[in-house]
Amino acid sequence: MSPRLTVATAARVLRQLRHDPRTLALLLVVPCVLMGLLAWVYEGTPLFDRIGAPLLGVFPFLVMFLITSIATLRERKSGTLERLLALPLAKADFVGGYALAFGLVATVQALVAATFAIYVLGLDVAGEAWLLVVVAVVDCLLGTALGLFLSAFAATEFQAVQFLPAFVLPQFLLCGLLMPRDALPDVLRWTSDVLPLSYAVDAMTSITADPNAAGDVGWDMVIVLVFVVALIGAGAATLRRRTP
Amino acid sequence: MFGDIRAYPGAASRVVLVVSPHAAYFHHMMKNSSGDAPAIRIEGLRVVRGGRTVLPGLTLDVPRGQVVGLLGPSGCGKTTLMRAVVGVQKVAGGLVEVLGEPAGSAGLRRRLGYVTQDPSVYADLTVRENLRYFAQVVGVHRAGLTAEVDRVVEAVALGDHSDVRVGNLSGGQLSRVSLAAALVGTPELLVLDEPTVGLDPVLRRDLWGIFRRLAGEGVTLLVSSHVMDEAVRCDRLLLMRAGLMLADDTLDGVLDATGRPTVEEAFLELVDRAENADATTGPAGPTGPAGPTATAEEVRA
Repeated sequence: MSPRLTVATAARVLRQLRHDPRTLALLLVVPCVLMGLLAWVYEGTPLFDRIGAPLLGVFPFLVMFLITSIATLRERKSGTLERLLALPLAKADFVGGYALAFGLVATVQALVAATFAIYVLGLDVAGEAWLLVVVAVVDCLLGTALGLFLSAFAATEFQAVQFLPAFVLPQFLLCGLLMPRDALPDVLRWTSDVLPLSYAVDAMTSITADPNAAGDVGWDMVIVLVFVVALIGAGAATLRRRTP
Repeated sequence: MFGDIRAYPGAASRVVLVVSPHAAYFHHMMKNSSGDAPAIRIEGLRVVRGGRTVLPGLTLDVPRGQVVGLLGPSGCGKTTLMRAVVGVQKVAGGLVEVLGEPAGSAGLRRRLGYVTQDPSVYADLTVRENLRYFAQVVGVHRAGLTAEVDRVVEAVALGDHSDVRVGNLSGGQLSRVSLAAALVGTPELLVLDEPTVGLDPVLRRDLWGIFRRLAGEGVTLLVSSHVMDEAVRCDRLLLMRAGLMLADDTLDGVLDATGRPTVEEAFLELVDRAENADATTGPAGPTGPAGPTATAEEVRA
């Protein structure tokens, strides 16, 4: 693995995005629109302040998951991945390049969405606002890592898109947003304990309720980042230089 | 344009002489006065894909600095053979040695250029952005990047389109971008899978011009085609059918051996001879459910 090639790959991915301004616009606008819609739906109730932050983590996670799955699937289908693997590019450079590029996009996306939610929609959290951004960025990275890994198992775009309801929505159902995780049936609670999105949402919930959330959030983020690193490693392992 | 070909850091030019007791290899050494190891040495290559034996056991050498045409009908195993040479194909057995190293070894990755049948470049980047990225990947130094990109853009005559997004190019331009991406870093061996398919005659002539020029500079080219009339442009021919080599010779050699006036007829003659041999001795044993993958009719089509 070479930092030079990881950065070159990330720069290439970002350049591709730059040629696709509509995608860039969607990346930045959609989370804001969804947050705005949420605030409007719960107008006059305290619910927006309670679930606004967790969803601020979930929406970008979903978006980055989809973008990354499709982007890597395109590399596989277009033959560019095979070309790259026949060249002196380490698998970690490829996967790392994507993680770096989408991590940067995710940072901008999280900054925009969090700023919009706090200053325009008046999202009020007990904890510090900058923590929202940090957690949202880590959640985006989680989406990217999961997309990189799962796209290896999708042979077609139809399959890749369906991985969202298949692998992401169950995490959403069990993450504690619909029903506190403690109140779930035992088997579901254990399941939710090993799903990364649970910790992402736990962190956001802590920020919502606890003025001194940094410690709890830190641990949740460590757990999510372990998932990110493991998924990226597994994603790199699914790349094969020799194929049947 | 290619005079400075070795000046770039991507151009490793180690030559490893391989000494082998293999008879065909020595035979080749006797013929080749330069005494170099062959660019590609294949012994008993066996490839099975999806339960079907695609290559039952190929043995052949490709000499350095020549344009070698790999001709045969669609589905005869050309792409599989090329993928094995590049080192991206899982093989069931045999030996593939490229430029003196085992195929697929890390050291080969910057000495070899590979163009897949479908253009494998990024449609949402410009020509220049594509080539710049691939040049970085093969290790062209930062200071030499722009010059290297200019060089390959000029080599495939895409100067007027270098800032156009690849997705907006025509089919012929697209395959030239794909070729240019394989030329960065000046590889010693180019493996080109049907680079001229679907191109108009002028473009085909231009591309073969590029191949000839590269060979003149010492690059070895393995070029596949299912169009037999491209044989006249090659130094050497590999005629392939159903995973087997029917001929490995010069054009004149193939025509002399068959007594036919054109490659296409020579190919059909060789197919008939192989089938007659099969009929008298029974199908070749160890190949499994091989069987003809194309009829003579399909070859003509």
